[in-house]
Amino acid sequence: MDKFKGSQDYVVSEELMRAVNIAMVLQKPLLLKGEPGTGKTMLAEAIAAALKKELMIWNIKSTTKAQDGLYVYDVVRRLYDSQFGGDSVDNIEKYVKLGKLGDAFTHREQAILLIDEIDKADLEFPNDLLWELDRMEFYIPETGRTVKAGQRPVVIITSNAEKELPDAFLRRCVFHYIEFPDKELMTQIIRVHFSNLDESLLTQALNAFYRIRQLPQIRKKPSTSEIIDWIQALIHEGADPGQIISELPYLGVLLKKNEDIDTLRRNWR
Amino acid sequence: MFKEFLYLLRKSGLNVSLTEWVSLMEALDKGLHDSGFTGFYHLCRCLLVKSEADFDCFDRCFLDYFKGIPSQQELSQELLEWLEKPNSPMGEFDEQQAELNAQLSQAEVEALFEERKYEQREQHNCGNYWIGTHGMSVFGNVGMSPNGIRVGGQSEYKRAFRVAGERRFRDFREDSTLDIRQFQSALRRLRQFSGLVDLPRTQFDVERTIQDTAQQGGMLKIRYKRPRENTVKLLLLMDSGGSMEYYSTLCSALFQAVSKSRHFRELKIYYFHNCIYTRLYNEPMIDPKSSVPSDWVLSNLSEDWKVVFVGDAQMSPRELEGSYQGHGEDGPRCGLDWLHLFHRKYPHTIWLNPGDRPDWGEEWSHSYDTIASLFPMFPLTVEGLEKGMKKLLTR
Repeated sequence: MDKFKGSQDYVVSEELMRAVNIAMVLQKPLLLKGEPGTGKTMLAEAIAAALKKELMIWNIKSTTKAQDGLYVYDVVRRLYDSQFGGDSVDNIEKYVKLGKLGDAFTHREQAILLIDEIDKADLEFPNDLLWELDRMEFYIPETGRTVKAGQRPVVIITSNAEKELPDAFLRRCVFHYIEFPDKELMTQIIRVHFSNLDESLLTQALNAFYRIRQLPQIRKKPSTSEIIDWIQALIHEGADPGQIISELPYLGVLLKKNEDIDTLRRNWR
Repeated sequence: MFKEFLYLLRKSGLNVSLTEWVSLMEALDKGLHDSGFTGFYHLCRCLLVKSEADFDCFDRCFLDYFKGIPSQQELSQELLEWLEKPNSPMGEFDEQQAELNAQLSQAEVEALFEERKYEQREQHNCGNYWIGTHGMSVFGNVGMSPNGIRVGGQSEYKRAFRVAGERRFRDFREDSTLDIRQFQSALRRLRQFSGLVDLPRTQFDVERTIQDTAQQGGMLKIRYKRPRENTVKLLLLMDSGGSMEYYSTLCSALFQAVSKSRHFRELKIYYFHNCIYTRLYNEPMIDPKSSVPSDWVLSNLSEDWKVVFVGDAQMSPRELEGSYQGHGEDGPRCGLDWLHLFHRKYPHTIWLNPGDRPDWGEEWSHSYDTIASLFPMFPLTVEGLEKGMKKLLTR
């Protein structure tokens, strides 16, 4: 079995790497939680790229039903076909379209399935998928077919903790909480995005960034994607590294809420 | 293997099931701990713990079981502050000392460390004896000794004991026994479906399609209907401040459960202090600048709204029945009058009480009894909430 060791443009902590490998060997879904902007979704892409497997993303919305991921039986289409002739409608199989989960099961090679933001869906949603994720198979009553995974896909589930997930579901997952990267890891991450970055600019920007994050008054803390955008802006406008901490140029890139910008300006010394 | 560890975890309140334990055994069997203690720690954590809120509890159990370090012996905050000196200049490297240090076993270092923790009274950096930074001693941060214990600072060599000892997840603890999810499940009962809501017709209507198709002699006529939608409108009125401080965790759990429930057709939350008077407040701070007149609520929310009061219903009779300043001539004169107005307007109203009926002092139990006789009162527990929801639906 291949082992995941991080990829060229995604820096992982050792713990996360271990969790990914545990989930792959035990063939259990990996549940990722963490602050927004800690790269939960990116991880799946990185794994897929590193292991050279196909990535399938199932984006969950508040209206998503578990059934949508398995298959959809297009009754209306079949009715129309029967009325206006054309092909025969005896073959129901033709009107059964597999969802993302079904696609991942029937993929010829092992696939990576990302179930993104599972907490967005209904309270019952995770419970409805228990059997399917456990056995990696489901039954289509309309056609009498059982869809079974030839190669169990690597399942990665992300959650922003908007809703709590049911116990029965949690018990079947490998859990990892992505901590906000510390300075050291953040330096690595930034270096991956910017080669030849001015050393003093990086230190100053990082210092300012972590100081802002520590202020308790800030409602929406800036995250990794924000500091990357910020550094991009600083480089592009040729900001003077010496003035980053005192002036905080282009603050709007870091803080997205008006009241946060105001409180910061008031509390910044 | 380590069966007692399982029981220790369960005793400490972590809900580890047999399924998870078996997974752990399977993982160990497959060598997923990388034959290392750090690996073992991570493996246990990602299989047995399912919420970052429980990480701290897990860390303590892990230390307890595998090391026997009682958690009381924490490092003093002072000591950690002395060590927050990442950028000061390095002390001198002492080759002799390095050799001496290298000879010490892990156990000896631990013993010395315990000793120093009690001895040390001030900051020491660049030295070879105390716990400090940039020095040659076997403990501290940013040191030059070939071996030793890191104390404080950002950890680079994540050795299991030390990582657990850092207890980084302390902030995530939530010592609340009541689960928001349980509250949410109870709130789910509060629904009345109806197809009469004004929504686009998106749901395939089998019955009418069959009927209309048959009527047209087999020519297909597809019919859609409006999806069924929950029609419940909920008005939540919460007592805030004063004696309610005591129940703030419980109330915030309820608040979160309610505000996360998206199945209500409409939801409004207001706050009051002790009892309802002329104004209802948008924030728990009870700020008149962000408030609405109680009259406005009464006249704008129709009587099909379901009303839930949350409060301990304990106040002095003066606060309930005494007239307050600035009341109108023929309007309500006291808090109780206002409650009566709500009672008359909204037939579906319950009162959730986080506390019990006070059995001391008639002054306090009086207001409790008066309110309980006006509204059906339920304790703010999962069971009480479930009963209350039923009451709201049935009347």
